This record gives sequence, structure tokens and C-alpha cells, in this order.
Amino acid sequence: MMRSDPRALQLNEHGQLKHFLTLDGLDKTILTEILDRADSFLSMGEQSVKKVPLLRGKTVINLFFENSTRTRTTFELAAKRLSADVINLDIATSATSKGESLLDTLKNLEAMQSDMFVVRHSDSGAAHFIAEHCTPNVAIINAGDGRHAHPTQAMLDMLTIRRHKGQFEGLKVAIVGDILHSRVARSELHALTTLGVSEVRLVGPKTLVPAFFENMGATICHDLEAGLKDVDVVVMLRLQKERMEGGLLPSESEFYRLYGLTEETLSWAKPDAIVMHPGPINRGVEISSEVADGDYSVILDQVTNGIAVRMAVMSMAMSGQLQSDETTTAEGE
Amino acid sequence: MKLRVRNGRLIDPSQGLDAVTDLFVDNQKIVAIGEAPDGFDGAEEVDATGKWVLPGLVDVAVSLREPGFSQKGSIATEGRAAVSGGVTTLVCPPNTNPIVDTPAVAALIQDKADEAGMANVFPLGALTQGLEGVHLSNMVSLTDAGCIALSNDRYAMADTKVLSRALEYAATHDLLVVFHPDEKSLSEGGCAHEGLLSTMHGLAGIPETAETVALMRDLLLIEKTGVRAHFARLSCAKSVEMVADAKASGLDVTADVAAHNLLLSDDVLNQFDGHYHVLPPLRGENDRLTLIEGIKGGVISAICSDHQPHEKMAKIAPFAATEPGMANVEILLPLVMQLMDEGDLDFSTVLSCLTSGPAACFGLEAGSLAVGSFADFLIFDSTVHWKWTVENRKTKGQNSPYFGEEFIGRVMATFISGQKVYQMA
Repeated sequence: MMRSDPRALQLNEHGQLKHFLTLDGLDKTILTEILDRADSFLSMGEQSVKKVPLLRGKTVINLFFENSTRTRTTFELAAKRLSADVINLDIATSATSKGESLLDTLKNLEAMQSDMFVVRHSDSGAAHFIAEHCTPNVAIINAGDGRHAHPTQAMLDMLTIRRHKGQFEGLKVAIVGDILHSRVARSELHALTTLGVSEVRLVGPKTLVPAFFENMGATICHDLEAGLKDVDVVVMLRLQKERMEGGLLPSESEFYRLYGLTEETLSWAKPDAIVMHPGPINRGVEISSEVADGDYSVILDQVTNGIAVRMAVMSMAMSGQLQSDETTTAEGE
Repeated sequence: MKLRVRNGRLIDPSQGLDAVTDLFVDNQKIVAIGEAPDGFDGAEEVDATGKWVLPGLVDVAVSLREPGFSQKGSIATEGRAAVSGGVTTLVCPPNTNPIVDTPAVAALIQDKADEAGMANVFPLGALTQGLEGVHLSNMVSLTDAGCIALSNDRYAMADTKVLSRALEYAATHDLLVVFHPDEKSLSEGGCAHEGLLSTMHGLAGIPETAETVALMRDLLLIEKTGVRAHFARLSCAKSVEMVADAKASGLDVTADVAAHNLLLSDDVLNQFDGHYHVLPPLRGENDRLTLIEGIKGGVISAICSDHQPHEKMAKIAPFAATEPGMANVEILLPLVMQLMDEGDLDFSTVLSCLTSGPAACFGLEAGSLAVGSFADFLIFDSTVHWKWTVENRKTKGQNSPYFGEEFIGRVMATFISGQKVYQMA
């Protein structure tokens, strides 16, 4: 009844990706390979013919239990540029929806003989659960599970940082806002520490930045000025309106006053600092329009990079699946 | 009927007994240890050479799932699981469907248990009607119908005033109340101990304060009302300290802990395995070690299985969507004996927490081999290695992280009132 280690689950016997569930446990070599491959796809995106045949004849199902037009669209575009056939399934789920229906959905989709599921779900560990209960030859790509992980978002942010800053060594990065509920922050923390930045600061009030993150290698700052002082990269997170209802924050205006990124507060960072945001932006809640649309903002680069990173990850996982198959067959003979 | 259990190692913490000798049973009761009483002849014999003879276990938390949840278990299946684990007396929670808030349901459970002929079953009655925390239940009628104590399980009380009055009313009639300290507004929505692991994996946390805030309120109300009180399933280090302090200041309260909270901490959540989803949650390593200290120091005097059988599908989901609970009653003794490997507890302490300790918490005449007691006992092979599996399990439940694990020591036979109710096949 014991389940396999989540970190081992996503690698085949050669240590290559066969699923992409979390960045926890992936080493610098794999993360760098993802970035290098994404870089090569980026230059391809500038050409008139944008397709490569790496997933030709393969069927990719975008399985979204939680709505996200933007993420789904970039995954769809990525799969199409890899020449895959793509099906989008938006499965509206209520909070009471249980694993039984999830498992049943899964079995039905398996019967359609698809090769890859891109999964978004509101429960932490859902992508994992699907990877464990799916037939072995289907690659699972995590497009966000609960508060746990959003590894493609984190990697597209890493690509954006590398393209602007050249390398990770010596960089100071601040992630500001609702860390507690953020799968992006968790995945970025894994990526940044693995890629060797010198410091990751998590900035926000105690209600949104639990002290336990310190044990994950982050520095915690409850004061924005201390948090932004001399950083090279600022990542602003989206603040959900529900946070006001749960007693986590008094109001959007007080949050903006204390943690909002404006031209004034951004001046505490290094002069050449870049500003990122996983989107969608709440102007005037976590970030001012001047900053979001300003020179330091690389928010639209993130979107472009997102397609390349998703192409990289999808092609790597598919090839990891195939390599894994070949080995199994060879051993079987 | 007369019975002689020959040449076993009798271990009974209730009378400080540990000796290789004979046990004599007549007319359902233990009549002698060592020498046969005068005129004791024509007895059946059971040879226990090389085996241990122990008092039948008393498990204060076994969900039988009947009435209402036949897909998870029944009085017959879970009763059989209990006796195969050497449990001869058990207390079952009121959260059946219908809830144990009328004498009829209490009577139904006991009738079915008698019919099954397995363990002695003592239901808990609901403290409030429907466990809704609003109207007091007919507490006296429930205890007259066989409920051993009253509890609102882990369901919230409407407010502190209702709780306070329920306790006053129970105190009026000298009834025992079982508390599951849990401040709902702090625990709601959570599925794992609020700590590094839950933070890392993005699982919604249940803070230690969910337990300690409720525990402090409960202690103050117990002191004020003078109600007889037992605390169920402590999970935090701080709770152990608080109960110890209350006892030291003269408050007469008892406490139990679930076996899994003594054996496991939240680091097992690393794999998102829903089999480790329990309430109260598996806490940090310091909590676990302090709970063991609580056993050593006598602050906690009972260890229970907190047996909660589920159908297979209840655990096949992402972690937070699984139903909480493990179904471990049939491995209770060898499981808890694993604590001895850590060199933390001696067997006498372990055994007393599974026999005389819980019996005393609930005022039950059970858990002892003393002359005059009902002849509830088990025969245990302490050396056999065996594997517990889904195939050889007795519970209907399919939810335990311990399936497939090898245990040392196994219950070979179980007797209730001198009658053999289980023999290992």
C-alpha cells in the first residue's frame, strides 16, 4: 500500500523526466536542460514556421478541473507547436468532488488512448495521484495542483530571469504577497535554490507567510523595504479577494499600502531589477499600473517564455516515456 | 464450565503479575492462579506453554460503523477484527447513522454485539441531540440504556454556554464526559499538522492551537462544573503538559492517545498518501516523543487503535479529499509493542495502557486477570513473525498503511468470560 516517492515517480530508470509533477527533488542538470531546450524553442517561435514534429501522432488532453484560460491556452499552443493533437476538457468541479469521480474520469480518458495529460486541480497532490493511478505510458504534466506546485510557471519564470540576468549565481530574489496559498511561490523556491541564487526572500504579513518557509531555505521579511532592498528580481503574486473574508488581511488598500509595488517602493530594489507577475494582475492591489507597464516589467515576456518552457517539458516527458518503454521491452525479451 | 490454562507466562500489570503458571476459570470468572482450587476437576485444558497469557485488551475507540455505514463495516465484521486482535472490551463512538442519541440505538448496538458474540461493546452516547451541539441529549436515559459515557465526538458545540450547561447537567448525575479537544474554527478545512511538511506540500494545516485552545477551555469548564472527564486522542506535546498540570493541581481527568500518533509523525506525509490522513493529524516528532513521555509519566493512561474502517474508494483520492482514519484494531498489540524497540517503554507499561489503564478511565470491570474478574484473556505468541495483508485481514476496512508490514508477535486465541471467541487459523 506504500506509495512511491513523489520525486522518484517523475523520473524513468535513466533519470529522465517521464512526468513533470514538481520541482522538488529535480537537480540543477535537469532544470538547466529544460531552460536550454526552451531557449531553442524560443528562437523557433520567431520563425515563420513555428512547428516541430516532436509530438506528431500523439494526443494531449488538457484536463482542467480548475479554470484557467491563460495557462490552458499556452499549454494548447505548446502542444500544437509540437505537432500533437490536442483536446481541451474543462471539468467544472465542486469542492465536494471526490477521488472516485476523479478516478472514473481518468479511466475514461485512458480508454481514449491519449499519450499525455496536462492536469490542473484544486487539491494539493492531485497530479501525483493521477500519475500513480494512470496507465504507465501516459505522461502527466502538472499545470497546478492546489497550493502544492506549479512547476511550468516556475520554470518559465526561471527562463525569464536567465534571459534577463544571464545567470542565477549571486542573484537576490523577492517574492511578495500571498505565499501561503501560492503554488507558484513553492515551486519557485525549489527552482531558485536549486539553480543557486544567493537569496530568496518571501515578503508579506505573518498571516500570508508562515515561518516554516524558513526551513525551506528562504529568508522571511514582513517589511517590504527590507524585503526589496538590493534585490535583482521582484516576483509579485496575485492577491485573491477571498483573503479578506478569511481574516487574513484587513483590506486591499491596507495591503497595497504595506506591500504594493509602486515606482517608489521599487526604488528600494537594484536599479536594473526586473518585475515579474504570474498573472492575472490586480492593478492597484499588489502592483501599480506604472510598474506593471513600465520598463522593468517583464510580465509579457513571461507569457512568451511560458509557451517555450511548456514545449520543452512536454517534449522531454514524452521522450522519457518512450525511453522508459524501450528499456522495459528490452528487459522483457 | 471449567477451564485450566496450563503453563503460560501470565502477565498482568493490574496486579504486578509476571510468572509462568496456570490460570483457572470457573463459571465465566477467574477463580485461581497457580494452584488449582479445591475440587477443581473435570476442567478443559488449554496448553499455553511458551506463550503469554494476557488480560483481554480494552480499546476505547473502535468504530463499528453500524448502524448506517455497512459499506465500511458492521458490528459482526469489526467485532471479529477486534477479538482477532485480542480486544475483548471496546468503546464505540456515537457517530453512527442514526446517531447514538436515543436509548433505542444504544440498545440496538448492544443487542447486535451480543448476537455477534464477539467483544463486549460499550457505546458512547451523544452529548447533544444529533451531535449538533445545540440541545442536550437525554443523558440519563442513554446511560441507563448502557452508554458508558457521553461525548460530542469531534463535532462542534454551538457555543461555550451549551457546553458548560451540558457539563453541569452531566455532573449533576455523575456521568462521564469524553472530550475531543478541537476548536473547529481553527481546524476547519485542514487535513494535516500545520508544520514544515504541510507548508512544503501545500496541504491546509491544522495548527496545534486547534487542540490546545479547546483543551484549555475544557479544563476550565471541568474545574468549574466538577464533571468527570476523559480526554480522547491527544496529539500535541503541549496538550500533554496541560493535562499534566491540571492533574498536578488536583483535577481528576484521564487521557488516551491513538497508537498511530505514538508511532508516526508528519514526515510520512512526504508521499501524499491518504492512508496517513487521520484526525487529529499526525503531528511533529517532538509531539510524538512527548506523547510517549506522557505514557511513561502516567499523564496518558490508555492507548487505543482509533479504529475507523473505510471502503477502498474512501482513500483513493488526492490527500485532502480522502476520508480520515485507519483501521488497525486487529494489529493493536504488536503495533504498540513496536514502541518497545525504540527502548522507550517496557512491556508492562504498554500492556497496562491497553488493559487496566483504559478500563480505569471508563470505570469498566475489565483488563485484569485478578481472581474474581471475568475470564477475558488472550494467548499471545511473542516470537512469531507474520505479515498482515489485505487478504488475511478481518476488518472490512481497507484503509491502513500497515498492510504488507511484518509484525513480531501474534494473538493465537482470545477468550471472553471463559469462552473461546477466536482461534488463529
